Amino acid sequence: MKPRQKRIVFAIIAVIAIGVAAKLIIASIDAGSSYFYSPKKVLAGEAPTDQVFRIGGLVKVGSIQRIGKTLTVEFIVTDDAAAEITTHYTGILPDLFKEGQGVVAKGRLREDGVFIAEEVLAKHDEKYLAPEVKEALEEAHNEATNKKEYAQ
Amino acid sequence: MSINWFKYSSPATFYPLAGKMVPFFGWLAAILMAGGLYWGFFETPDRLSDQKEYYRIIYIHVGAAWMSMWLYIVMAAWALAGLVFQTRLSFMIAKAIAPTGAIATFLALWTGAFWGKTSWGTWWDWDPRMTSELILLFLYMGYMALQSAIDDPRRADRAAALLALVGLVCVPIIFWSINCPDPNECAALHQTSNPGGGNMEPNILIAMLVTAFAFWMYSFAAILMRVRNIILERERHTTWVNELLEEKG
Repeated sequence: MKPRQKRIVFAIIAVIAIGVAAKLIIASIDAGSSYFYSPKKVLAGEAPTDQVFRIGGLVKVGSIQRIGKTLTVEFIVTDDAAAEITTHYTGILPDLFKEGQGVVAKGRLREDGVFIAEEVLAKHDEKYLAPEVKEALEEAHNEATNKKEYAQ
Repeated sequence: MSINWFKYSSPATFYPLAGKMVPFFGWLAAILMAGGLYWGFFETPDRLSDQKEYYRIIYIHVGAAWMSMWLYIVMAAWALAGLVFQTRLSFMIAKAIAPTGAIATFLALWTGAFWGKTSWGTWWDWDPRMTSELILLFLYMGYMALQSAIDDPRRADRAAALLALVGLVCVPIIFWSINCPDPNECAALHQTSNPGGGNMEPNILIAMLVTAFAFWMYSFAAILMRVRNIILERERHTTWVNELLEEKG
């Protein structure tokens, strides 16, 4: 083989090796510790309860309440599996925090199952729509699904 | 008729060609950026379903983040071409891309911090997307540091090219950190990116794509200018550079 051909072979092998490495790293990230755990996973005992970890989910509608006259807020973090974790947080909540909003809370699980958060962050979705547009879309979607259910 | 595919791979022929292209890309970048930002500020809704005015950071943030990843791929590709074909110009282009890529990465992280503080409630968090983007910044900086740490340009080019290739592993990780098929598998604070999925107001999408394209054009202009400087510096002992200098006085 000419030197140039050798280098081309080297280049192909290098690129394939990098691809395989990336695939392996991504696979190990997926399998290993998560950035946050859903309430379902926490209740199933998959979260590292002996140390600080993050829970992620939605703030249950109607669950936000202030405890007495303190700055502590209690709310329930839920997920699509309807698993619920009661969370306490003392401090200033982010601007986007509201019922039904996605949140990521960092803290520890108390022995009675209440999550004591030291930090609460709000997640926002990837939808960049004006409020009225989003409402109209959701309405159309609901109508479509209702019709489908009706037909069945 | 035979085409000489390598005509512009010689620094002497590429230098004037690059000089002609710089103003074209530069002006295109300025016009597109001004137009895109105008559209983004005045033809789009003032508030979204959950975010307020600050969502407009998207016009800088997304373009910069896209460029940070694209430029790394392009830089690694030129480095690979240099290793395979041993063309001097390939290494020079790779070297010229690194600072622009580093600036784009920094800008993506910086604007992301402002956006994060207003929407999520924090400047920074060790979320997979942010962490992998930070590693990309370190890769760009490592490439530039290695390049300038070795005095012999030929050895510096090859060593830095290898680093660029190995670092390429970071780019798919950045992409997949928020875009994996099962959302429960890649839990992140950063929202997923799906600009084509009907999740965006068309005017916001247009303004974002125009500013992202402006970032491309700016990058071309900045990189070509830097390549010209590198060519002059490295080819200063050749006759064509000396002739050029005499012409210019």
